[in-house]
Amino acid sequence: MLYAILCYDDEASVCSWTKEEDDAVMSRLAVVQQRLAREGKLGPVARLLPTTAATTLRKSREDLVIDGPYAETKEQLLGFYIVDVAGLDEALEIARELGRAKPSKGSYEIRPVGLLNPVTADGLETA
Amino acid sequence: MTTDLAWIDAAITAARPQAVGALLRYFRDLDTAEEAFQDACLRALKAWPKNGPPRDPAAWLIMVGRNAALDGVRKRSRNEALPDEERLSDLDDVETPMAERLDGSDYRDDVLRLLFICCHPDLPATQQIALALRIVSGLTVKQIARAFLVSEAAMEQRITRAKRVVAAADVPFETPGAIERSERVGAVAAMIYLVFNEGYSAGDNSARAQLCDEAIRLARLLLRLFQTEPEIMGLLALMLLQHARTPARFDAEGEIILLEDQDRALWARQPIAEGLALMDKAMRHGRPGPYQAQAAIAALHARAARPEDTDWAQIDLLYAALERMQPSPVVTLNRAVAVMKVKGPQVALEMIEPLAGRLAGYFHFFGVKGALLLQLGREAEAKAAFDQAIALANTTAEATHIRKHLDRLIQDSRAAGVRAAG
Repeated sequence: MLYAILCYDDEASVCSWTKEEDDAVMSRLAVVQQRLAREGKLGPVARLLPTTAATTLRKSREDLVIDGPYAETKEQLLGFYIVDVAGLDEALEIARELGRAKPSKGSYEIRPVGLLNPVTADGLETA
Repeated sequence: MTTDLAWIDAAITAARPQAVGALLRYFRDLDTAEEAFQDACLRALKAWPKNGPPRDPAAWLIMVGRNAALDGVRKRSRNEALPDEERLSDLDDVETPMAERLDGSDYRDDVLRLLFICCHPDLPATQQIALALRIVSGLTVKQIARAFLVSEAAMEQRITRAKRVVAAADVPFETPGAIERSERVGAVAAMIYLVFNEGYSAGDNSARAQLCDEAIRLARLLLRLFQTEPEIMGLLALMLLQHARTPARFDAEGEIILLEDQDRALWARQPIAEGLALMDKAMRHGRPGPYQAQAAIAALHARAARPEDTDWAQIDLLYAALERMQPSPVVTLNRAVAVMKVKGPQVALEMIEPLAGRLAGYFHFFGVKGALLLQLGREAEAKAAFDQAIALANTTAEATHIRKHLDRLIQDSRAAGVRAAG
């Protein structure tokens, strides 16, 4: 079962980490990621740049391009993981483990994936 | 636990502008707001590890700070009546979720007011910077003093003086009108870039280099308030793109490595990606400005995989645009470096010679002049220019860098002498 683990946190707070703190968090997360990869459970992982670098396209009557994230929220979407696990419990356990690697609080949204399309030049890749 | 402390520290730093801004709205006095915030932080350090972190750290700090300050006022004036019921009833429910009560527009106005106060037009730039680093960034007086190479007492005095000016200036608590606002935003942006340059020119002095990170944080804060302002995107992009080079800018001895000689593999990729993305966003607005032009120049350097891939002709055009927008001998001097690459050292030298009077005290002027003369084979004049550059150097790294040029010059002329003799 494929799940997306969406990571939400206060980006102002995350941007206030020193480089050493940031590096330490990233290397702790890497340990979790490497284990998942060894077990064949890890799909794409992304860390997103701050929402100040985001642009939003609103599909209204006329094409409307807005600077900034889709929604102004207290906590922002800062990254995501795709994991291939037995079920929700295992996905939650991974999220907990990722959470322990990070000193900040924030939240994880665990969303089942309906379709994951790795597209190659020849068309859809059939796994 | 250390991770807890690191998190608390980051959360307090991130919440600071909003919390101090809101406390300033309540108390309309910078010192009271600051003390209230300080007080709230001490309580946070005790309460958060024990009770777990609040959902909204800023709201927590605002309520507790407000509570503490009102408490202080009560204690100082026991004979006066207690605050009225309405105010008191707000104070008891510190732990209730406050997120709903602090709406976005308050946040925006509070933080903006705080930035505007620090960049009050009556304050000289040095005081604006000191005040902003103290009040908005929350650096200690000691840290700021060390970054600006002055004594702690002198810095304390500078900040106190700035606060006195602000207090006497009767700061309006309403949001200023559109024109005044854009002027004040410009002043905030300028202050932020000055902070960055203080850090950037610091060499490998870490107390000063920290200022670059601080400036980037402040620019992100400003951009969050003005999401659609291309010049602020340009400012943040400019600083990210320049700061990305930091790991490659100095050698093991702390000596400057020129852009051309830097190991580009050491450039930090994430800030470059962010800077380039911000420039793409800014360009869409079709409203160029000085920060965007400078960021576009930095972006061309970042995009060049090797120094010889640099698009100097485009950089020359961008500097020409910058000269029109913001005429300054320093801009012309920088343009001369691009002109040298495109049209040769003679044209570049002719371009900078008229600047001699205005840049007579400027280290880089003599550095560039020396380099151009050297390329033209006018070695005695080059040596004189390098000597002047050394005399004007601000840091030992700058002086050492020029001295290397000189050493090479002397070696070359010796070698030439040997050849001539032989």
